[in-house]
Amino acid sequence: MISGEAPIPPPGAPRSRLEALLRGGHFVVTAEMQTTDGADPGEVRELAAGLGGVVDAVNCTDNSAAHPHLSSVAAGHLALDAGLEPIVQFTCRDRNRIGLQSDLLGAAALGARNVLLLTGDGVGAGDHPDTSPVFDLDSLHALRIARVLRDEGTYLSGRRLSTPPAYFIGAVENPFAPPHDYRPVRLAKKIEAGAEFIQTQICFNVRRLRTFMTAAADLGLLERSFILASVYVARSERALRYLRDIVPGIDVPDEVMGRLSGLPRERQEAEGFRLALETVAAIRELPGVAGVHLSSIRGQDAIRRLVAETGLLPRPTPPAASPA
Amino acid sequence: MNLATRALVVLEQASKEPLFDCRMCGQCILHSTGLTCPMACPKSLRNGPCGGVLVDGHCEVEPWRPCTWVVAWRRSRQLPLWRNHMERLNPPVDWRLHGTSSLVNLATGRDRQTPTGWKLSR
Repeated sequence: MISGEAPIPPPGAPRSRLEALLRGGHFVVTAEMQTTDGADPGEVRELAAGLGGVVDAVNCTDNSAAHPHLSSVAAGHLALDAGLEPIVQFTCRDRNRIGLQSDLLGAAALGARNVLLLTGDGVGAGDHPDTSPVFDLDSLHALRIARVLRDEGTYLSGRRLSTPPAYFIGAVENPFAPPHDYRPVRLAKKIEAGAEFIQTQICFNVRRLRTFMTAAADLGLLERSFILASVYVARSERALRYLRDIVPGIDVPDEVMGRLSGLPRERQEAEGFRLALETVAAIRELPGVAGVHLSSIRGQDAIRRLVAETGLLPRPTPPAASPA
Repeated sequence: MNLATRALVVLEQASKEPLFDCRMCGQCILHSTGLTCPMACPKSLRNGPCGGVLVDGHCEVEPWRPCTWVVAWRRSRQLPLWRNHMERLNPPVDWRLHGTSSLVNLATGRDRQTPTGWKLSR
């Protein structure tokens, strides 16, 4: 096999390791891979290798916070080189329906077996606020298109593909942003559009997540999708403030902020880590949560430690896909 | 566009723009979105709010005003009709219809045409 290439799964088999683990009832662990700003493939492989063995898949973000970085499709391919399964992200901010379909096929041809479709931050959030935003589609349209390529074997136009892509389809949802009582309904729409697994926005408010999970269960969504809750490892009060005040859509309650604010700098990291540990533990108690998604700014070591200390190691091996 | 159609476009714009902040997408779903034009969302979202809505319910791109979809959700709860339309999956925008009369497109059924590959067969 050529480097970084993944075999096409037989019909009916899980498309990815992540899908196999979720369908097998395992509590999964995913993490956000740090972005890179250069053309050196080694840099990406090294970052991916740093998470090897501790997570089941890594998210390769798509120009996160509207800043250009090395492409998510390329990062996903390089993560595979390093032996890690990627979740390749695609936003609607930078590509229209033509670009999206070509990139989805490209990612699949380069071995991506998980894709994740999202709206994307506005261009004003990044360092090129003077550019034109695309938003030809919304994330639900993108999800449906990913599904159409895979299950119908055609483009959105109806034109046939020679070989449909084989990937597990993911979406995001933010239970912590208004209008809170519409969020579960919107999740149902995302599942109808094509989503099979969901990663939530970062959770600092477990009570709010519990309410969301209850509503999702009442709508029957837990039988139709797998929901992973996101946990952030805050390494300083400044990082937490940044999430609260600068990144849109993150709810950091005062009691959470209060745990780090006022502490001397050298104790903040330990307290942030403790907060993440407690959040993971609380999330694991919530009925219906299928896994956690971890992130931290330049904190791969913190993620490794967190997975180890929450007792989520060793990561399980999915049963080998048998030809149908 | 003939004169009658043109007049309709002008009338439609003159009434819907001040009332609903209408952007003349030509495939109107106002009744499905609490009489709130989804095209006023800076991301042109047709299926609900993005994840960036601020804690106070304001828009992340234009933080001085409420999120279009927060308003749409609230108003749709107050409408006696079409409440369940907020659960509907709306198809992608046909950008060719931009600036045309949605009333004409409604009458001809043109606004209900979806891309050939849009529907899943199972």
